[in-house]
Amino acid sequence: MEDIKTIIVNRSAYANNDLEADLLRDYLFDHRTFLINVMSSPGAGKTTTLIKLINALKDTFKIGVMEADIDSDVDAINVAKETGVKSIQLHTSGMCHLDAGMTKTGLDEIGANDLDLVFLENVGNLVCPAEFDTGATMDMVILSIPEGDDKPLKYPLIFQKCDLVLINKIDTKQYFDFDFDKCNEMIHYRNPNATVINISALTGENINLVKDYLVKRIREWR
Amino acid sequence: MHELGIVVEVVKQVEELAKHNNVDKVIELTIEVGEVSGVIKEYFEDAFKWFIKKSEYMKECKLVYVPIQGISYCEDCKNTYPTTKYGKECPKCHSPHTYLVSGQEVLIKDIKVQNKEN
Ligand SMILES: Nc1nc2c(ncn2[C@@H]2O[C@H](COP(=O)(O)OP(=O)(O)OP(=O)(O)O)[C@@H](O)[C@H]2O)c(=O)[nH]1
Ligand SMILES: [Mg+2]
Ligand SMILES: [Zn+2]
Repeated sequence: MEDIKTIIVNRSAYANNDLEADLLRDYLFDHRTFLINVMSSPGAGKTTTLIKLINALKDTFKIGVMEADIDSDVDAINVAKETGVKSIQLHTSGMCHLDAGMTKTGLDEIGANDLDLVFLENVGNLVCPAEFDTGATMDMVILSIPEGDDKPLKYPLIFQKCDLVLINKIDTKQYFDFDFDKCNEMIHYRNPNATVINISALTGENINLVKDYLVKRIREWR
Repeated sequence: MHELGIVVEVVKQVEELAKHNNVDKVIELTIEVGEVSGVIKEYFEDAFKWFIKKSEYMKECKLVYVPIQGISYCEDCKNTYPTTKYGKECPKCHSPHTYLVSGQEVLIKDIKVQNKEN
């Protein structure tokens, strides 16, 4: 005889991850480690921006970087070389996003307890990373001029859940028809609380504004 | 790729439930997937078939995939309408002030489990 029964579950596929993420945020607060989840499409300028930002912030905070590339460690090596801060490669085993569990494993590996600020470069993708809470203290999205000003319309979720949007590659704006006002309007329609800063990670333009924003936020949080 | 991430999470949760409930195996899983969740049924099914081979309780688990319609609500005329057909703009008053009320979720509805006689 075999006994078959039905168990009603009614649970979101994201529920467990949401719990783990909240737990991780508590843990980070207890250790006063500020974690910034950096998201964008491939090539929007995450690594270039991080290098500039870390060099601007490394006298103020003890910093670490976690790079999530699907299958290479070029970003981790590059950041370490250009900034001198501790950097590790996270292994996503082919996955399109990081979840809170993978993030926690990375934080243990990098020794986040001793750090004030950790940057997490998420997988280059505007869809999946938005759906899985990493447990970060703050979410930052980089949108670059060549991608077009309609991205907040096409990928609403990622713009909805982030705190800071950097519009990157403004040194190239003369070559594209990127409408800054329209883009700002769409971001704020979805997310009235988002801060938007226009930068060029290449020339370093306005990196100081991002630095000031982060220093202020981290000091308030602590 | 995105589907695999969700499959991994779903299987993880169902395996935990199976263990917790002391069952022998899970023979059927019903999930509800919103039309605008970004999940493609065929990709999800493929990823599921492949991934459960590595599971403990779900090796023979049948997947019942229930699509849920995307519904949007218009703040201006209080109308609701199917999202995939009309998008962001309300078909009745053409207002852009609309938001999604359903269709984004991936929900584990229930599981059918089997126990050997003991
Ligand atoms: N002109 C210009 N080029 C930039 C700027 N920022 C980054 N780039 C270039 O854009 C390319 C991609 O930059 P990355 O920093 O590697 O982008 P990423 O988002 O880290 O890319 P993935 O990790 O592959 O997703 C590089 O060739 C950069 O030099 C900028 O502000 N202006
Ligand atoms: Mg990079
Ligand atoms: Zn309407």
